[in-house]
Amino acid sequence: MLNIAERTAQPGLIRGPVTLAYAFVERQTNLWKRYWAWELVWLVYGVVNTLAITFIAKEAEQAGITTDASHLVLFLLLGTLVWAYLSAVLDDISLVITWERWEGTIEHTLMAPVSRAVHLIGMSIFGVLHAIVRTLLIFAIAVPFFSVDLGQANWFAAAVVIVVGSASVAGLGILTGVLPLLYPERGTQMSFMIQAVVLLISGVYYSVDVLPPWLRVFSYISPATYFLDGIRGAIIDGDGVQDLLGTLATLVLFGVILVPGSIAVFAVAEKWARKTGQLKRQG
Amino acid sequence: MASPAIETRHVNKYFGGGFDYLRLLPPPFDRLRANGAKKGPAHVLRDVSFAAQRGEIYGVLGANGSGKSTLVRILSTLLLPDSGEARIFGLDVVRQSSEVRSLINRVSADPSFFRNMSAVENLLFFGRVYGFSPAEIKRRLPGILARLGFEWERALEPMSHLSRGQQQKMAVARSFLTSPVLMLLDEPTTGLDPRSKRDVQAFVRQVRDEHDSTILLTTHDMEEAELLCDRIAFIANGRIVAEGTPFKLRERVARGRPVEEITMETVFMELTGKRIEEDEEEAEKVLAAR
Repeated sequence: MLNIAERTAQPGLIRGPVTLAYAFVERQTNLWKRYWAWELVWLVYGVVNTLAITFIAKEAEQAGITTDASHLVLFLLLGTLVWAYLSAVLDDISLVITWERWEGTIEHTLMAPVSRAVHLIGMSIFGVLHAIVRTLLIFAIAVPFFSVDLGQANWFAAAVVIVVGSASVAGLGILTGVLPLLYPERGTQMSFMIQAVVLLISGVYYSVDVLPPWLRVFSYISPATYFLDGIRGAIIDGDGVQDLLGTLATLVLFGVILVPGSIAVFAVAEKWARKTGQLKRQG
Repeated sequence: MASPAIETRHVNKYFGGGFDYLRLLPPPFDRLRANGAKKGPAHVLRDVSFAAQRGEIYGVLGANGSGKSTLVRILSTLLLPDSGEARIFGLDVVRQSSEVRSLINRVSADPSFFRNMSAVENLLFFGRVYGFSPAEIKRRLPGILARLGFEWERALEPMSHLSRGQQQKMAVARSFLTSPVLMLLDEPTTGLDPRSKRDVQAFVRQVRDEHDSTILLTTHDMEEAELLCDRIAFIANGRIVAEGTPFKLRERVARGRPVEEITMETVFMELTGKRIEEDEEEAEKVLAAR
């Protein structure tokens, strides 16, 4: 006779959260391979965007606006690369529900016996790995276009900023992923709008000092501001981990608040979606 | 005493309606409400109570729009009832949804796969999120596919290359791969060609005979319901109007006629007061009016 209590607690059947989270990493990797043409499109877009924006520094030199273009080149190059990274992470995570709706798998994925926290963390891990690969490719293609001096870059410190900062960005991605859950038809556009605001306030292409004071206030609550500060500090100024402790601590704080906070918000939104019947395929 | 596989008590579900903001307007603006008043929410499940016993194939037979899929979505933990309770093997689908999810799986009319991933990649993912290792999935899969008459080579192709019938067989394979103790089959043969339909029906019977599984089957196909189900509930306008074995249901409306001459269509018509097609048209009109 079947024992339901044993079945619901069977250790061999319900494996650890790491294995379950890896299922999402593996699935997204399979999808990524199948949609390689889209990946190519985004890679070309990323490279062209990086080049187009960084050439502004060359123009500034030619027009006599600045005498030292190399600093501006590196500033803009890092800004576009970091934004390529952040937007890739945000896209991958915030489309967690949109993607399932589009494929028509939302009901089967969300009724699987895997906690939402594990699901979202799995998607976040893939998002970070995917964004790292794409950004490294953009970096490798774009850098030869400019004679940038990376001699004093502290790559280890930059890697630490990426690892530490990615948790806070993932939290932001999960938070924006709530919107498609609440608004099946317009939620995706709303999450892109949030990305646009992060782009505006975080000092991607300029220092946040140039923002009007009322707008600058918002830059303090964007983890992307500190992520960019950390990366620019490590690569342009050669700052080590010790020098970046303040920035890293802020990023850790953002991660500690945003990751569990966003998962909790997602859980509340999911309950509302279950109440109103939104957890279904649209169109 | 063991709990029934499924037990629902007075389940009600409403959709839509929203908040009628015009209701807040003071006179004389409240006249605007005469034209702009929102229609109330649709009452899609009405006081639904039934129990399916372990090992049973329990059919829910009704027209499109009668509330069958809403009931399945509540039992699948994807939808919360507005009142009443639903239990799977004694576990509450709202408060113990995680435990319930490990016991159930579902096949719906729409196969629902990642279209550009191969069938095997899809099944690997769905097997893994139910806690099965890739080795375990690969060991079980060929047997399940063979029983469904599915060639292994085709399972390596993207889902989008497969016919509707083949995709639906993969959906059945996905659900049986996870060894659910309760299988929710929501119109699993809708849109299938006769051969695929027979294959899926044969597989359902085989699983019931060989495994300790309970099956809830929703359908609007009278013949299928009679062929597969131990007991059938008729649902019309969100309400269960009759329940029993196919024989008992026929007997109930026979009134002196030979029971074997009574079709399920006749039973449905006499117990609900309309043909299933009429019920579908009525449901469509209600949906269109909203």
